[in-house]
Amino acid sequence: MSADAVAPVGLLAYGAYLPAYRLGADSGVKGTRVVASFDEDATTMAVAAAADALASAPPGAEPVALWWASTTPPYLDKTNATAVHAALRLAGATPAADLVGSARSTFAGLRAAAAAGGLVVAADVRVGKPGSADERSGGDGAAAVLFGTGDVVADVLGTASATIELLDRWRDPQRTTGEQWEERFGLERLAPAVRSVAAALLGAAGLEQADHVVLTSGNAGIVKRPSAIVPGRVSTSGSPIGFAGASDPLLGLAAVLDVAAPDETVLVLSAVDGCDGLLLRTTPALLGRRSRRPVAEQSASGRPVAYPTYLAWRGLLERELPRRPEPDRPAAPPSARAGSWKFGFSGTRCRACGFLHLPPLRVCRACGAVDDMDDVSAADLDGTVATFTVDRLAFSPSPPVVDVVVDFAGGGRTTLEVADADPDAVAVGSAVDLTFRRLFTAGAVHNYFWKARVR
Amino acid sequence: MGSRGIKDAVAIVGMGCTRFGERWESSTDDLLLEAVGECLVSAGLQRDDVDAYWLGTLASGQSGLTLSRPLGVDYRPVTRVENYCATGSESFRNACYAVASGAYDRVMAVGVEKLKDSGFSGLLRSDPPSDGTASELSLTAPAAFSLLDPAYSAKYGVDPTAMREAMTHVAWKNHVNGARNPKAQFRKEVSRETIAGAPKVAGRLGIFDCSGVSDGAAAALVVRAEEAYDYTDRPIFVKALALAAGPMRGGLDPAYDFTSFPEVAHSAADAYAQAGVTDPRAQISVAEVHDCFTPTEILLMEDLGFSDRGEAWRDVLAGAFDADGRLPVNVDGGLKSFGHPVGASGLRMLYEAWLQLRGEAGSRQVDDARLALTHNLGGRPGGCVSFVSVVGSDRG
Repeated sequence: MSADAVAPVGLLAYGAYLPAYRLGADSGVKGTRVVASFDEDATTMAVAAAADALASAPPGAEPVALWWASTTPPYLDKTNATAVHAALRLAGATPAADLVGSARSTFAGLRAAAAAGGLVVAADVRVGKPGSADERSGGDGAAAVLFGTGDVVADVLGTASATIELLDRWRDPQRTTGEQWEERFGLERLAPAVRSVAAALLGAAGLEQADHVVLTSGNAGIVKRPSAIVPGRVSTSGSPIGFAGASDPLLGLAAVLDVAAPDETVLVLSAVDGCDGLLLRTTPALLGRRSRRPVAEQSASGRPVAYPTYLAWRGLLERELPRRPEPDRPAAPPSARAGSWKFGFSGTRCRACGFLHLPPLRVCRACGAVDDMDDVSAADLDGTVATFTVDRLAFSPSPPVVDVVVDFAGGGRTTLEVADADPDAVAVGSAVDLTFRRLFTAGAVHNYFWKARVR
Repeated sequence: MGSRGIKDAVAIVGMGCTRFGERWESSTDDLLLEAVGECLVSAGLQRDDVDAYWLGTLASGQSGLTLSRPLGVDYRPVTRVENYCATGSESFRNACYAVASGAYDRVMAVGVEKLKDSGFSGLLRSDPPSDGTASELSLTAPAAFSLLDPAYSAKYGVDPTAMREAMTHVAWKNHVNGARNPKAQFRKEVSRETIAGAPKVAGRLGIFDCSGVSDGAAAALVVRAEEAYDYTDRPIFVKALALAAGPMRGGLDPAYDFTSFPEVAHSAADAYAQAGVTDPRAQISVAEVHDCFTPTEILLMEDLGFSDRGEAWRDVLAGAFDADGRLPVNVDGGLKSFGHPVGASGLRMLYEAWLQLRGEAGSRQVDDARLALTHNLGGRPGGCVSFVSVVGSDRG
């Protein structure tokens, strides 16, 4: 290796986010089904998963690109990745783009990032018709992987693909719920593609078998018995929460990295309109840099949401709202001027007296100094509930609203809505952290901002 | 103190006030004509005797044309002002200064609000285009004021049950008072059990802890004090006009504890200095205060100096501010029971002061009323505008 050789790109970090709510028996689900709250979408969950990944990345590991993948984009004709980019406070020179369509889009990002570095984050809110298999056996969530050079947790051994034009699963762009052909038809077309991609990757790496195989697919026949198609030596697994759309392969990978030992091979296979594959080998660094919240732990937590409430969240059931006007849509110029606050939760701290202003102000509230402030991000600060109330009059897509006045460690106070609120679990003194959410949608504009979450 | 005041420079010589309530049959124009007409009759004047107008309304119209059109005012100055729920007081304050300056001889302050045409509950806001992050967008007024109740209990170690009883007492008292007021929106006494057991709106605030959403208008005719007796043998004299707008620090500063309105304390100190009031508990005969929600009235007793810090809840429960108490507060029913048509409320408070100081309050009359205080607040805990006036029956 010459002195100026470029170090190989590898996996630097990974993260996952599963929302707090679970559908239960009243919806016809066997066990539970992970569902996003009314204020979550593929953008907000991507922020949570990506933040989790970046938290376990080596110090100074900045993504060279952001690839956001989803089958349920909140916007079309507007990039969704830019809101994720802003919420993560990435550098302006870092490109961010959407990869929309299917789990194949996720792999397009993976191939780009595994070759040249970058952050791939996939997120989805999977909606099925009431009573459908998609509703029962899908899952909402997000996962992220960061590739780059440095102290990697896994080396990239290879990527491979097999492409088939196939009518197995599809959706009218105007609709939120999709269609499937007979499961057996897709299974018989997809299984050979999966085997060929696995063989190509293992062959190129000189391996008989991978230690861990993750096989995900929107075809139920494929994921019913993944070990019958490509068995792993130590483990063979599918999606940890049911079919999760674009995030499916990354959630499966995250769940394996949560438990894999160093120096083990992990083969990720995504059987969607053919098959895409990624082969990794873990390093000893993985032991100290796993995700802060393992997928299994997130999956096992959560709390129930009543089926009618869930249907209302997804717009499948119209509920009576408080007799209050709907809010105005956020305006573009003020949102742009306040971008660091609205998306990055950044305030200003007075250089003269240290008073922290949330939102940012130019004239210090404490000492009167003018334009003598430093920008400060408060998104990662610890907060405490100073006081709170339950507002039964306010407009909300899911009343009642719980509001908290939050005081931050090191000074600063602001008033926020509570995410995933259980009114009985909020108390003066409760510790809270911040979570990026969609407050409401008005005039087809999603009002993204931060909420407090009781820890 | 940054204000000199205009003590005894101007006087009110006529007032009008409509019945407040769900005035389905009356438009904003109708309410304005009713209040202005009553005010002119009260002062013994014709429309064309009025030299200038200040009109206060939060959202029932824009510009002076809102008043000049229904009245048919012929090319005289009409100014529309807005200062949240203190809007009515703001129209009065500016009218007083217009007369005191010598610019005009007779100025009318008018306030109006037509809230019941929207079909929504509570107050509506008309905010400029925004980034969508302000907590006010989701936190309604009752929610914002509900923060006072647990904060006050925690700071002063008041048992939440006793605090609830004090809140209930405020609503009970103001309904008792309103029942004796033919112009009030709610003219019925309400039992303590009904108040305490009402459906919750925000925090521990039930519907009976909230002021009435109503339509209404009120007006006052202001002249120079030395000419007041030309119009009536019982004018009332303006002793103090104080306004304080806060820096909205409470929402940003962990030091703010939601147990006081600093803006109220500042405006009260200013007003007392202007009026020469040194002992408000002894010198003020009757007070009309901004009881938008029941805990507000409790805290105001302390910020206005009527109770010691941490003691107002006890004074309220002891009946100190009942109609027969040591300092009757909201003897006309207050916002709670008279109703709260925003732009009219500050002038409605002055209307009760006018009646009380002239001995015209009928069954609500407070004995030997000589000095009255009105307090009007706009905004919410942590950031508000606060207005305090002192008016008296005698020119000093």
